[in-house]
Amino acid sequence: MPAINAPMRSNWLRYFLRRNYRTIIAFAMLVILFIAYLLVYPGRLSDQFFCAWANQGAGLAFAAVGQTLVVLTSGIDMSIGSVFALTNCIASVFLNGDLYHILIALILILGAGICCGLINGMLISYTRIQPIILTIATGAVYYGIALFIRPVSGGSVSEALSDALTYNIFHIPTSLMLLFGTLILFWVLLKRTKLYIGIYAIGSSEKSAFMSGVKVRQAKVAAYMFSGLFASLGGLFLSLQTLTGDALIGNTYTLNSVAATVIGGTALAGGTGAIFGSVIGSYLLRTLKGLMFFAGIAPMAQPLFEGIVLMCALSIGSIRLLGMKSKIEIFR
Amino acid sequence: MRIARNPALVSLSGTVFVMVVGGIIFPQVFSLNYLRQQLQIASFLGIAATGAMLVILIGGIDLSLPWVLTAAGIISCTLSGRGVLISIGAGLLVGLVAGLANGLGAAILRIPSIIWSLAVNFIFLGICVFITGGFMPQGHPTAIIKTIGIGRTLGVPNIILFWCVLSVYIILTLGQTRFGRFIYAVGQNEKVSFLSGIRTRRIIILIFVMSGICNAITGIMLSGYSNQAFQAMGDPYLIPAIAAVVIGGTSISGGSGTYLGTVIGVIFITYLSSLLSVLQVPEAGRQIFFGVIIIAMTLSYSRKKEER
Repeated sequence: MPAINAPMRSNWLRYFLRRNYRTIIAFAMLVILFIAYLLVYPGRLSDQFFCAWANQGAGLAFAAVGQTLVVLTSGIDMSIGSVFALTNCIASVFLNGDLYHILIALILILGAGICCGLINGMLISYTRIQPIILTIATGAVYYGIALFIRPVSGGSVSEALSDALTYNIFHIPTSLMLLFGTLILFWVLLKRTKLYIGIYAIGSSEKSAFMSGVKVRQAKVAAYMFSGLFASLGGLFLSLQTLTGDALIGNTYTLNSVAATVIGGTALAGGTGAIFGSVIGSYLLRTLKGLMFFAGIAPMAQPLFEGIVLMCALSIGSIRLLGMKSKIEIFR
Repeated sequence: MRIARNPALVSLSGTVFVMVVGGIIFPQVFSLNYLRQQLQIASFLGIAATGAMLVILIGGIDLSLPWVLTAAGIISCTLSGRGVLISIGAGLLVGLVAGLANGLGAAILRIPSIIWSLAVNFIFLGICVFITGGFMPQGHPTAIIKTIGIGRTLGVPNIILFWCVLSVYIILTLGQTRFGRFIYAVGQNEKVSFLSGIRTRRIIILIFVMSGICNAITGIMLSGYSNQAFQAMGDPYLIPAIAAVVIGGTSISGGSGTYLGTVIGVIFITYLSSLLSVLQVPEAGRQIFFGVIIIAMTLSYSRKKEER
């Protein structure tokens, strides 16, 4: 936060930069990585290339957006990976056949995500168990249900739907349109409600938010519910890519969604950040993976490299410490 | 209601309940042999949970457990030909380096440990994969490690004795020393602790180093127990370790909790998973049961105060 004695010139740009510097750094990194990716990509830069790139990040981006909404309330959702697994398993059983059946399956999948999120939100706001431990526990339950549906990997997902949603229309990848269409619609609608202020207010100070008349429980339940919904969208999209069901599929998504959220500029302490930063964070992580693959880095060295880059990305946020005059400021 | 709010008692009664239920179905649960075997398995989780608990006490979390554990196991096994000291020393060094990396990130760079330790975990995963090429690492643990990991003294597995010694050390440190007080103080409120003259950054780094070394010890001992180190050997330990700490009544936001609670939490989780596998509950049911139990047990005590 800017100090009180900072000159309050109505400098919009400066204020914007100061408020969003982490997101801007992440975006700059994404652009650099993407250019590097284009340079090392061995094949022709066709539509398929952009589709593949867009598809790789879409699932994680959905997960990260859900995670961000929860993190904004200074909570955390560790059950996202399990919701991915659950929706993937449901999709592999039901998401097939004609339009009617596919519609039913879509309702089932999104409904399952919303239910998982609602359960998380209700339990957290009414029992006051810490979010991290509660969502680990409910995550185990959802994963268990996914295993019940599909003890071993298998099943199939409608290829027609997959073709419709993972290619491109007018040279623009459908997945990107889907992602941004959903997010812009969601964000525009959310911004018009009290819920928007509520989610940010809880993250800054739950007590003050309550005193100011924010419906704390309602806002928390809503945040977790949306997290579940977006996780199910991510799981659905992932199913369209893998075309099969596997309960183990979600494992990496929980913590990757947290990483994408933080890299995108949302503070884990809550109260600041935005969902579009997390989309940038997700694509940054995925582009890095693709870049390493095509840059010819030995496959065995890739995880190490990925870890180092993740560390560097996280450290950038610590630049703010340099500007602090008093040691007290570093404790929030 | 006071009993219901005492975490150690709740998890103790939970453990007794699980044992009684298990005993009714399978009488051999009460046999000395079964008890010894379960405590032996619990010891590894116990050592890992010790590090997890210390970090949670200062309000952090150490997610680098799985691959620090694995890396320590792999490196100590790979170097077992070069002598006992080098083998064990290299394993512990892994823990020290990991702890330093975690601690510096949390204390100096002020990055939330939940994400920073995850990056550290990635790095150690990368190192393991890079060194071994993703294959089963060669080499077996040295004789001393095997003696501690799987050997017995007067019928008691050595690893249980090791855990007991560690427990006494931790209980004394937390309860009787200034350092112990400082740990709770930092966990309660770091700003106030700093203003009271505690070198909070030093404490945080030290705690993460202790956690790293606990993870490394678990890895080395586990390699002694199974006579080899293998990829991802630490993966099944992260969530149970955190769950044991929380079930044992340590507040996940830091600043309160007893080590005795963690010990009981570890034993509870070990017994519970043993009972579920004896009952041949499928993996799906086990996961669901596990989740429900954690919610039910934390419901009674590990809740935030109502902030209004």
